[in-house]
Amino acid sequence: MNILFTTLRLTLLSMGGILLIGLPVGFALGYFDFPGKRAIRTAVDTLLALPTVVIGLLVYAFISRRGPLGGWELLFTVEGMAIGQIILGTPIVAAYTAAAIEGLDDRLRQTLLTLGASGGRLALASLWEARFLVLVAALTAFGRIIGEVGSAMMLGGNIKWHTRTITTAITLETGKGEFALGIALGVILILISLILNISLSLLRRRTRG
Amino acid sequence: MRINRKGSIIALLLVVLMLAFGSLAAAKAPVLRMATTTSTDNTGLLDYLAPILLKDTGIEIQWVSVGTGKALEYGRNGDVDVVLTHSPSQEDKFMSEGAGANRRKVMYNDFVLIGPANDPAGVKGKPVTEALAAIAAKGQPLVSRADKSGTHTAELKLLKAAGVKDFDKAKWYVQTGQGMLKTINIADEQGGYALTDRGTFIKYEAGLKGKPGLVIVCEGDPELLNRYSVMAVSPLKHPHVKYDLALKYIDWITSSKVQKDIADFKVEGKQLFFPEAEIRAGH
Repeated sequence: MNILFTTLRLTLLSMGGILLIGLPVGFALGYFDFPGKRAIRTAVDTLLALPTVVIGLLVYAFISRRGPLGGWELLFTVEGMAIGQIILGTPIVAAYTAAAIEGLDDRLRQTLLTLGASGGRLALASLWEARFLVLVAALTAFGRIIGEVGSAMMLGGNIKWHTRTITTAITLETGKGEFALGIALGVILILISLILNISLSLLRRRTRG
Repeated sequence: MRINRKGSIIALLLVVLMLAFGSLAAAKAPVLRMATTTSTDNTGLLDYLAPILLKDTGIEIQWVSVGTGKALEYGRNGDVDVVLTHSPSQEDKFMSEGAGANRRKVMYNDFVLIGPANDPAGVKGKPVTEALAAIAAKGQPLVSRADKSGTHTAELKLLKAAGVKDFDKAKWYVQTGQGMLKTINIADEQGGYALTDRGTFIKYEAGLKGKPGLVIVCEGDPELLNRYSVMAVSPLKHPHVKYDLALKYIDWITSSKVQKDIADFKVEGKQLFFPEAEIRAGH
């Protein structure tokens, strides 16, 4: 039960951070034209391929006691793990959101402008129009971080009652030879994803209708 | 749209509640952080000792279980307060660098050499160094963790003592880079030999549930002794570590009461760890 709780807490914390950073970045990349935009988009797309263990190592170097942020005591905490997950998920949301915003019909913008919409409103209305694609982006990021084990293991340390998530528990049980328990935990993970996806598609149907 | 907003408010409340709950849970007892090896964790010893520690001293222990090499690295970086490992040579280095303090022996068990029941290299009953030399000479697979763990370090020392050279790229030397149980399973699949701690082998054997698998081909050799020591992380290098808690823990685990608890710990009805701290009492 505690494992499930830790997993949910980590995922919610990470998704919060990912959306908070990823949505504005993605929107800016998709909506505005500015010098260096192409380079940034290439960088974001490249970050999509960053292996989770490398993210774990990099973040470890920063939050270890010997690292520059060592005093913050983030290593082996859920918050520390969230940093890794945010670095993992943000490029996904940013890249997909940028593509979604770019794909919007330009007439929408014109209409909004003639209706007298200003900067912030324009941005929100555009994001709202692209909401289903943005939702797909968020779901993809969710899928990647909830099933991730490399950086969660490295940054959380798989400490019982504290930083043990479903994926690190699966790794531990496999190491102990408890294969059946490992598979059972995997089924729980899939169920969480299934429940989330079903409820989102219900929500989608409702907002459409 | 209204449903949407309601949903997000509920989600936000949940996050806040969870965060609040999480930090409350963390603030209860003084917490000691330990880095240790997979063998103490995978056998269940630490789960067995943690509640006893809490009852005796009021200290809550949190541990990360990794290979000995990485455990000592966490100690060097000051990420943990205390380390419990089983590689005397790596621990000597750790101590001589000034990274550790108050090193004490805790317990021992032994390594065993395991292999296929039909013993294709013909090593059954030989001293371990002769056995390893025979495996190398016959080119039979020797499956190694190759991860700087205590077991890997012991294996390298034994190979050196056996006079086996140039094994790193040899076809018969299989380097898995994985934990002990996974390495045993790979050895099983490949019909190879492997050096393992006895505790993990007992776990593997129990997992077979009577199906045929690898068997012990070499045991009881004094060279196969597997010693566990505990060390505090030096407060001189890392002033923030909980040195007083670490010392308390070391006193506790080497006390005669806990030494007896360790001896009483059994997996599949077999004793896995033998107390050793008493031997050095009064030292």
